[in-house]
Amino acid sequence: MQENRFVIKNAPFLRGKEDIKSIMWTVVVALLPATLWSIYLYRYRALTVILSCIIFTELFEMIFLKVRGVKNVFEKAYDGSAFITGLLLALNLPSTSPWWMCAVGSFVAMLFGKHIYGGLGNNPFNPALVARVFLLLSFPSIMTRWTVGINLTSQTFATPLGMLKTQGLSSVSNLDYLKLFFGFPIEGVGGGSIGEISEFAILIGGILLILRRIIPFIVPLLYISTVFVFTWIFNLIDPIKYASPFFHMVTGGLFLGAFFMATDMVTMPITKKGKIVFAFGCGLITSLIRLFGAYPEGVSFAILIMEALSPTIEKFTKNKKFGE
Amino acid sequence: MLKLLIIAIDSMLISNIVLMRFLGICPYIGVSKKQETAAGMGFAVIFVMVMATLISYLLQIYVLNPLKLEYLQTIVFIFVIAALVQIVEITMKKIAPTLFDALGIYLPLITTNCTILGVAILNIQKNYNLIETIVFSLSTGIGYFIAIYLFAGIREKLDWADVPEPFKGPAIGIITAGLMSLAFFGFTGLVKM
Repeated sequence: MQENRFVIKNAPFLRGKEDIKSIMWTVVVALLPATLWSIYLYRYRALTVILSCIIFTELFEMIFLKVRGVKNVFEKAYDGSAFITGLLLALNLPSTSPWWMCAVGSFVAMLFGKHIYGGLGNNPFNPALVARVFLLLSFPSIMTRWTVGINLTSQTFATPLGMLKTQGLSSVSNLDYLKLFFGFPIEGVGGGSIGEISEFAILIGGILLILRRIIPFIVPLLYISTVFVFTWIFNLIDPIKYASPFFHMVTGGLFLGAFFMATDMVTMPITKKGKIVFAFGCGLITSLIRLFGAYPEGVSFAILIMEALSPTIEKFTKNKKFGE
Repeated sequence: MLKLLIIAIDSMLISNIVLMRFLGICPYIGVSKKQETAAGMGFAVIFVMVMATLISYLLQIYVLNPLKLEYLQTIVFIFVIAALVQIVEITMKKIAPTLFDALGIYLPLITTNCTILGVAILNIQKNYNLIETIVFSLSTGIGYFIAIYLFAGIREKLDWADVPEPFKGPAIGIITAGLMSLAFFGFTGLVKM
């Protein structure tokens, strides 16, 4: 008897080389330009914040994996997802953050952001953003203590967006947008969170992610252009009161949020139309908060709010079944 | 006109009845397992909230204030709202059976709800006039609808999540509601009251 050698195994037949690990570490590489630039500017301060965030997230990741009774704790803990959460959290904190605040943030991110929902892939909100907003509401004074890069004095200044909010447009009218875009320190102006100083460095990483097809280009593009158009409209209505759209491009965490946080695979809507609605909503809420809200910067709030909307968006943008 | 818009945005988003004032958490957790039922509950809340706030407003202005019986406010409002909802339920069953089928089972649930009484009393405290009262109660109800509808969407998705055993059900719901409330803090100061 000739044995049947035509064995059909289970689908999927074609397998890509990409898995969680490779994607996560690519994102880490994409974040490197921004990370290195922040370390160059803030030296040991940035390094302390980044290291303590990463160490604590990995630590809590392992603890919670163990508590949940997951097997291969070490393999799971080093798939890079916790590393990214830690790095993103660090890039969203000011350079003067004390280590214990990084620890609190890491704890919140890992527990309430991730493991309470059953770990990677189940969380409705981006863990790093949950932690950032939690810290912003819990320690508002520490979270808004910005220093100027390179000179490591502890003198603090407001960020351009903060100046715009409290002192009006005239205080920021003579800032060099190109300097802000490339992330060079300006005397008397706070740099902002350590990862959001250089839009240029983030752009490099973002383009890498788009070329590797890890993030859909439509989300950052639409997010940023919505903010641009919205702020432009108000700038045209009243140029004395509202800043130019280019100012809103080069300040704050818009690029970091648009490229690295709004594009979180887990929390973004799955459908293509849903992604468009999601990005548009993020841009709209960001501009609303920046122009009219109490907080100078709205990126993290906007993304969290849209993530809360994300399942509903998915529901309304479901693809039609063929023939329906 | 501008004041009406400000009242509407403020009560819908900025001081959202559930996410910022933390009222009405019981039905918020209890009736939010499916988006359809959440929507039903939301519509019922909008309906009852407008009716109850309007009636209690008229009662306050034309009965309690002239008779100097303001101290009876809480107890009178509770009685009136409970009676009102029952009457509405009976009338609706007779006159509009389809509407009753959609909202019917939720109406008794709302009778003793703190959101309804809370909005009725807040409305008196804020000294709104008749039109402002209607706008305030309507937009607060819409705010409730937004909150419970989005929340039900997340909870439907959580059915597939590998939530640890002790946190299944209402526990994870309350934590998610907390995170939503965290997100809604971003709207602070969007309009100045």
